[in-house]
Amino acid sequence: MNQTVGGVTITPELLMFGAIAGAAAICAVGVVAFNNAIRSALCLVINFFLLAVLYFTLNAEMLGITQVVVYTGAIMVLFLFVVMLLNLGGSKLLHEKPDPKKFVGILLGCGLFVILGAQILPQLTKVMPMPLSPELAKFGGPEAIGRTLFSEYVYPFEAVSVLLLIGIVGSILLAKRRL
Amino acid sequence: MADFVQHLHPAWQALIRVLFFVLPSFMLVPGVIWWERRLLGWMQDRLGPNRVGNITFSRTSKLVPSMLRGKKFKLFGLMQPFADFGKLIFKEDITPSAVDKLIYFIAPGIALFPALALGATIPWGPYSWITPVADVNIGILYIMAVSSLGVYGIVLAGYASDNKFSLMGGLRSSAQLVSYELAMGMSLACIVMATGSLKPSAMVAEQSGPLWGLDYPPFNMIQNWNVLTPYGLVAAIIFGICMIAETNRPPFDLPEAENELVAGYHTEYSSVKFAMFFMAEYLSVVVYGIVLSTLFMGGWHLLPIRFDAMATTYKSFGDVWNLLDTLNGSSLLAPVWVIAKACCVASTYIWIRATLPRLRYDQLMALGWKSLLPFATANLIVVSIWIISTKISSPIIGWVAVLLSAGILYGLYKTINKLNLKNRPNLASRTVTMVDEPSQRREAELVDPAPAPT
Repeated sequence: MNQTVGGVTITPELLMFGAIAGAAAICAVGVVAFNNAIRSALCLVINFFLLAVLYFTLNAEMLGITQVVVYTGAIMVLFLFVVMLLNLGGSKLLHEKPDPKKFVGILLGCGLFVILGAQILPQLTKVMPMPLSPELAKFGGPEAIGRTLFSEYVYPFEAVSVLLLIGIVGSILLAKRRL
Repeated sequence: MADFVQHLHPAWQALIRVLFFVLPSFMLVPGVIWWERRLLGWMQDRLGPNRVGNITFSRTSKLVPSMLRGKKFKLFGLMQPFADFGKLIFKEDITPSAVDKLIYFIAPGIALFPALALGATIPWGPYSWITPVADVNIGILYIMAVSSLGVYGIVLAGYASDNKFSLMGGLRSSAQLVSYELAMGMSLACIVMATGSLKPSAMVAEQSGPLWGLDYPPFNMIQNWNVLTPYGLVAAIIFGICMIAETNRPPFDLPEAENELVAGYHTEYSSVKFAMFFMAEYLSVVVYGIVLSTLFMGGWHLLPIRFDAMATTYKSFGDVWNLLDTLNGSSLLAPVWVIAKACCVASTYIWIRATLPRLRYDQLMALGWKSLLPFATANLIVVSIWIISTKISSPIIGWVAVLLSAGILYGLYKTINKLNLKNRPNLASRTVTMVDEPSQRREAELVDPAPAPT
């Protein structure tokens, strides 16, 4: 029933994944291609949101929801806040002059893409046909992540929390010299 | 019915689930708008809309059937929201020339999205075949995630309008929503810890257990609703305040403060686009009401009484208790109870709106960061003490421990506050010297003025 192309069975899930991944990639290009800072930031918002949907399709629901809460909901709001406060105005300010370095950059970027793709794609075609066992389907749930985080990785987890605390205190110290 | 739905294609099932959530909440919106105006009118000692929809038939016309002649039908102004909507649709849709066109057009839609998506994990009744839309293991986190997206519609509308007042509204809104999200997450974390699940349906099931986990009369006849526990009450109050701030309702409606910002983020919007903002606000009021009643007030149960436990205790009235148990929790009336609770929450919203004046910006920030967030964090400590002490001994010891820890936390808060004030005496009191004080002016008038030069 399902077609097979190059060793990969085309399932509805795969098509869905491909569509969302393509939209996310287009948004990622939009981040660097737009002249308007707000448009770029919006593209990044959509990209983060679609990335979360990608995680959902890969059964990593906890990771996906964290992506939305942290990146889409908090960090990007602050990004937009700052961009709007600076008020970069229309697109006139950000027009660049034509530059020969651009073409070299595009060529090098394509080369990098080919090299990375050649490494990753053959592996992906092996991974895709693997059936998902019921135990494996739970690996992205909150319970599995909680157990791993608080048993195996408890020391790194606590160390990171101390690091974050230091970051907060440091930023307050920088922002408010006369406290 | 359940079998029929379960044998459909998953896509049809998903559509039915979505419609079952979206349509009732949409249908509540005109009712809530009408109810807000009538209730505000009553609270402010005026009439409110009471005319639209009244039908008075002619007493003399031959076109009217004789049984209807001279009859009056009162609808108490229930048609007012529909009349308003008709007015908004037929208004001229003005797009200012300087706006960022694309973002200006999509912003109302983005504002409506979180309001529609928010309740997707909230169950309306004990029927897993139709509700909730997705009974996922991360239900509470999903609510947090979607409510954090609510800021985008307002911020983008404020930016795209190319208007200083709108931009101010958008900036205020983003600061407000980011600050209140933290306290909201903390208050939700409390009940997640207490119930031990992130799934709203599991939380409702947990709340129908005996009060504080005590399995003997009279405690086993009362349901363990989160508002009836010490930590849950505090969490519910914090969640309620944050909820009002998240929906930009008075007294937290700074993004659209009309005496400072004309109309804030929707100044430049007219016609249907404005109607979409309006609808998003009221829809989120309804949906947040449903969320609050599910997470803190027992979900689809009408009363916090366990009639099944009563049936085993008082066997002579067994059938009566069983009937009441069915009506209370597991009948087809369950969605009605959910909606009734949501309407009670919406009425409380309106009551708060009628009572409290709008907060100043610094008051808003101080309330969010200096009061609600420490309060919610302290509540997190209290709930963990409650869990440990109930696991070790009994809920009675839990109560003692909770009261003790709350006392210690209050003492700590007071001490820190005192230390803070000692270092900054200039904040304790301030005096303003008026340049042109009325008393001085009076004296100056009494003095004989110099004769005018001739």
